Amino acid sequence: MCLAVPVRVAALLDGQWVEIEVGGIVTRISIALIDEVRVGDYVIVHAGFAIARLDVEEAEKTLALFDQIAAHLREPLDALHPRLP
Amino acid sequence: MRYIRAFRDGAAAAALAKLLKAEVDPEREYHLMEFCGGHTHAIFRYGVEDLLPGNIRLVHGPGCPVCVLAVPRLDAAIELARQPEVTLVSYGDMLRVPASRRRSLLKARAQGADVRMVYSALEAVDIAVAHPERQVVFFAIGFETTTPASAHVILEAQRLGLRNFSIYCNHVVTPAAIQSILDSPEVREWGQVRVDGFIGPSHVSAVIGSRPYEYFAQEYQRPVVIAGFEPLDVMQSICMLVRQLNTGGARVENQFTRGVTRDGNRKAQRLVAEVFELRPSFEWRGLGELPYSGLRIKAAYLDFDAERRFSMTAQPVTENAACQCPAIIRGVKKPTDCAIFGTACTPRTPIGSCMVSAEGACAAYYKYRRGAVQAAR
Repeated sequence: MCLAVPVRVAALLDGQWVEIEVGGIVTRISIALIDEVRVGDYVIVHAGFAIARLDVEEAEKTLALFDQIAAHLREPLDALHPRLP
Repeated sequence: MRYIRAFRDGAAAAALAKLLKAEVDPEREYHLMEFCGGHTHAIFRYGVEDLLPGNIRLVHGPGCPVCVLAVPRLDAAIELARQPEVTLVSYGDMLRVPASRRRSLLKARAQGADVRMVYSALEAVDIAVAHPERQVVFFAIGFETTTPASAHVILEAQRLGLRNFSIYCNHVVTPAAIQSILDSPEVREWGQVRVDGFIGPSHVSAVIGSRPYEYFAQEYQRPVVIAGFEPLDVMQSICMLVRQLNTGGARVENQFTRGVTRDGNRKAQRLVAEVFELRPSFEWRGLGELPYSGLRIKAAYLDFDAERRFSMTAQPVTENAACQCPAIIRGVKKPTDCAIFGTACTPRTPIGSCMVSAEGACAAYYKYRRGAVQAAR
């Protein structure tokens, strides 16, 4: 129910609507719940509404942290199945 | 898709697993509750549990609005849908949920009721505009993620001057549910459920912010980490909780910094406050009556309140005695403790709401762990 996906705003339409593309499907969502957006912004979409803006800078920081941890603790991919015989 | 796929990277997951192994204190156990059904499913879908050290136990919480909707309120929605002038519009999640006497909205539709499924609440407004001769009722459920959309459509219906549109409001609030778990006798007195810390919801918090959790992190001395829904988010959040617990911390931390701030979405909060107010008490499935845990439509918008427009009465119901959903919602039991799990109760023939909902714990076990469960039996 509370699932939401980050999507990029593809175009601004009339009023509360913007166009987005998810997995090849172009659709429109409402941005009535957030302050103004621009084309190229990322928003978090739930049930046809953008509920928040995705902070791209913060997202990149989190990903960079994962990269750092991975580089620091170099682990073969076998470690993904530690409990398998 | 960049901001989805990158958070599912296998090599980073392996590194986080190694980090966790180094961080945990082997002398103690960590019982962490993931509040949200969305987290439950992410954990099972990506096999996160298998990457965790054995002394980290995940307890599944009540954060699935479909699962916690009290059966009498669903019964009332079905009764409403059966009225000849009513078109009942619902999110897809609700259609197959079993009500009393094994009824459901889907069965009501098969018997001729006008029940429609939408993706967005605004589609319900479109239906009302297109069919002025019908009484269109939107069956609104959900936590804070979904509530602002319902508030917006009421204002939209008012702007359009619609006289044939109303909302059957079943919105609930997250902090009240977490507090009720911490206050429940299973946690406080009987020691049946141990919760050392919370993996907090990310999308709810995108709306309400991280501030509302500060009270009970401090009051109940339990750390809360607001976690994104992707597997790497969950693993990093577990690391953060383990670190806090190792050092005796009980703070609110935010892992989902890309979507959540301390204040949340102020505009959405203003809309909700304009249209809705807290009910003094609201019934939850599994948790019972919880004070100030549900929302109703304010008197200024009573024209759009289905509970005022139609006479709706909630009849008390007896739950199916074999179904363990109420205990599973409280975290007291696991789906595999239920005698009818995977036998009489499956996603095709669900008996309880936890098996129907895309976020229910039983559905997660059935979808991703069925083989292991059957082997164990």
